[in-house]
Amino acid sequence: MDYFIELLFSGLSRGAIYALIALGYTMVYGIIGLINFAHGEIYMIGAFTSFIIATILTILGFPALAIIVLAGLAAVIWSASYGYTIEKIAYKPLRHAPRLSALISAIGMSMFLQNYVLLAQTSDFLPFPQLIPDFAFMEPIAHIVGSSDMVILVVTTVVMICLTILIKYTRIGKAMRATSQDRTMAMLVGINVNRIISVTFIIGSSLAAIGGMLVASHIGQINFYIGFIAGIKAFTAAVLGGIGSIPGAVLGSVVLGLTESFATGYISSDYEDVFAFSLLVLILIFKPSGILGKVDTQKV
Amino acid sequence: MHQPILQVAGLTMDFGGIRALNNLDLDVSEGEIVALIGPNGAGKTTFFNCVTGIYKPTKGSIDLFHKKKNRQISLLGMKPNQVTEQGLARTFQNIRLFSQMTVLENVMIGRHCRTKAFILGALLRDKKTMQEEDEIIQTSHEILTKIGLQRYENEIAKNLPYGAQRRLEIARALATEPVLLLLDEPAAGMNPQETIELVNLIQEIASEGQSILLIEHDMKLVMSLSERIFVMDYGKKIAQGTPEEIRNNPAVIKAYLGEEVDA
Amino acid sequence: MFTLQEIKRSLLVSIWFVFLTFPLMVIRVDSIEKTVQWRWMNMVYVAIGSFLLSFVFRYMLQRKEMKSDDNGDDDKKDKTGRSFIHQGLADPRYRNIILGSLLAVALIFPHVFSTYQTSIMTTALMYVVLGLGLNIVVGLAGLLDLGYVAFYAVGAYTYALLYHFFGLGFWVALPIGGLLAAAFGILLGIPVLRLRGDYLAIVTLGFGEIIRLVMENWGEFSQGPSGVSNIPRPSFLGIDMSLDTALIYTYYLMLLFVIFTIFFVNRLQDSRLGRAWIALREDEIACQAMGIDKMKTKLVAFSLGAFWAGIVGVIFAAKTTFISPRSFTFIESAIILSIVVLGGMGSIIGVIIGAFILILLPEYLRALSEYRMLAFGAILVCMMVFRPQGIIGSIRRTYTYKKQTDGEVS
Repeated sequence: MDYFIELLFSGLSRGAIYALIALGYTMVYGIIGLINFAHGEIYMIGAFTSFIIATILTILGFPALAIIVLAGLAAVIWSASYGYTIEKIAYKPLRHAPRLSALISAIGMSMFLQNYVLLAQTSDFLPFPQLIPDFAFMEPIAHIVGSSDMVILVVTTVVMICLTILIKYTRIGKAMRATSQDRTMAMLVGINVNRIISVTFIIGSSLAAIGGMLVASHIGQINFYIGFIAGIKAFTAAVLGGIGSIPGAVLGSVVLGLTESFATGYISSDYEDVFAFSLLVLILIFKPSGILGKVDTQKV
Repeated sequence: MHQPILQVAGLTMDFGGIRALNNLDLDVSEGEIVALIGPNGAGKTTFFNCVTGIYKPTKGSIDLFHKKKNRQISLLGMKPNQVTEQGLARTFQNIRLFSQMTVLENVMIGRHCRTKAFILGALLRDKKTMQEEDEIIQTSHEILTKIGLQRYENEIAKNLPYGAQRRLEIARALATEPVLLLLDEPAAGMNPQETIELVNLIQEIASEGQSILLIEHDMKLVMSLSERIFVMDYGKKIAQGTPEEIRNNPAVIKAYLGEEVDA
Repeated sequence: MFTLQEIKRSLLVSIWFVFLTFPLMVIRVDSIEKTVQWRWMNMVYVAIGSFLLSFVFRYMLQRKEMKSDDNGDDDKKDKTGRSFIHQGLADPRYRNIILGSLLAVALIFPHVFSTYQTSIMTTALMYVVLGLGLNIVVGLAGLLDLGYVAFYAVGAYTYALLYHFFGLGFWVALPIGGLLAAAFGILLGIPVLRLRGDYLAIVTLGFGEIIRLVMENWGEFSQGPSGVSNIPRPSFLGIDMSLDTALIYTYYLMLLFVIFTIFFVNRLQDSRLGRAWIALREDEIACQAMGIDKMKTKLVAFSLGAFWAGIVGVIFAAKTTFISPRSFTFIESAIILSIVVLGGMGSIIGVIIGAFILILLPEYLRALSEYRMLAFGAILVCMMVFRPQGIIGSIRRTYTYKKQTDGEVS
């Protein structure tokens, strides 16, 4: 039973991380209909930035809490800036081009960023400092649920609530929803669509950065390639839930996280990634609209 | 009365809770020009999409009488390409040309379902394949000449003027050797001069015995071209008859025609 | 162009990029030794580089916009201006001279240059064929296949394992590898080709990764991550060949195969099938309304592309005599895609030039090879943004044999 609960929690925290990344995919897809292939790289850049800042602050002898907050803040700021810049360079000029052109551009951007980090930093795995301490009050259940699992779950929940409020109740949220329903119409009623698209990229990238920092601290090492796999998995989660749907992305992520956790726990850990990819292939074949997505019919 | 080549009976199409087509009957006889009219949102294009296999109708039957094979074929449940193969070819309300291909190539695509060459044929270029290719080019060229587009033959389709693009759609559909040609608002967006040319073109095609079913908004065009008219409103057929009968049908006037006939 | 305002804008861009790249480019930390390294020079490079590039970027964008404004005229201008290669090849006299001399160079190449050079050239030729194969799928039929390397892997492993388990030779494995890859293409294609373009891309990517991961983990079957070694080189009538001769022989084999592929793809392009692919790329619904069986046509393109990849896979295994899952990562798919995109989707000459540029340049400019993948990424983005048709755009054929038909008509 303990093993089951352990797997359950590790699945949930995995799911939470996927959700943080998947939201970026789903929001961008909802607004400009593009699979932002470079989104996984944003997450990776977030992890690297927080790694660099956290290490410097540790050397300077900052207290643990300050390190977490400042490193997280830096990750968010830089990831958001990258997200914003990528959109301006690689996607904005292709707003009216065929879908595939933008997708190829996104793939190129992803390769570019991966190798940029590889060249600017290193190809080795870097040991990531454990930012989240083992809490004393978690001691009795520490063998089942780790402190960092708990922190991941709590942070993700808080972030989700903030995002929901932002989208449901604020002006910018309304404008985002309008733009995703009908871009031309939104433009006609005076919404600055370019700005909304930028904001979407910024929000999505910030979420990914938070995810990047949490994962890096949880797993304890990073490398330039982590964004690729995490990106595809998060994309799987977004599609599973129904791409374009925000609750769908969260639901899909949790389902994917649990599936992976139980499959690797009870079947075999060798095929961890195969499970995720197979799930992706199967959903797209049998239910491309996902759990909560709507079917889009082509107009004739 | 001729044997009807297209017979649609009790056609019903539901989208979720909305009934876009309600128990619609329609028939087209050989060599006839028939028009389907109705206000916006009456379900005309939905009707076309059902008949050509793009939508699966909820209920009803669609039968095509094939003179050459001398038998009735049900088009129900066929994929769009099979419907075209059986002899129904259509144009689109919003032009859907292969915009990066040349005009001639666009028409050549229409010959696809009447020809056979495949991988081996392409590789070996044997005599049969080459004859077929020649036939494709020859026929396409003739059709373009008939439609009056031969001077654009090697232009990229997207660079054509609007009216010519619409005519090219007709040429492309004709290349499939249709038993019945379906035209979805062929005059949409055309200026008066282009519309006159279009009427002449349709009449010329029809004079060669081509049966035509068209959806149109332009009343003048419908009245001057068609032999029989079906009128739809809210997915239902509300009238049918000759242009004269339709002009005087109170239900039609009430639903749709009123002002336009007066004007 | 160099107005004050422009300079101000570029300055802002430059400052922005200095900020953007600051943590990654300037700082390098070592969390174990607890040291921080500040690389201030990088900041200067970024500042100057982005300042200059922003001019180029804006200039190119403006040029592209101006182009799309007066579309009709420019297409014609472009056709004559750009394609002296096309023109050269259109004229049969020039074509024979050009092709003849190219062939002559290709034939004497291994006798003039070292075996090392020949080996590199063989690799480049392999990528030419891979590019042409993927070009059928992406360039002609418009199906973005991001898992193309999976079929390449199927071919390579077919030969390696057939030899390993049954001792079968190269010439037997060659068609089997191709056919097996095509069969995989059909199996994957049937459920997947119904999907919309961008979903198709992701599913094929997933499939490619699955194949690689299975090969990595299924030790008893594929020998896992360590790979299969001691695969024999291609044989010729059972003659024993020295290493050098074998390499040269492989080169000629590949050359022959390249010529056959060009010949085949060229004929395919101008066939009923090829036209259907291009039409399908342009508008699926209209295509179906014209009586083209969408699934069948796509499936043929997909499996033909897979077949080619499978064949090259067999040759690859024979050439290197060692394969492992590491040779078949997503990066490989991305390289092949870059070749097609750089050269020009749907253009045979373009793809050939693309393959030579992308494979040979990093080989000869060793200093650059480190930046290879960075450049490939940048190429994909820049090509899509500035020149989606590639270096050598495909031109629509204006039926050359139409003239004789014309003669008959008029």
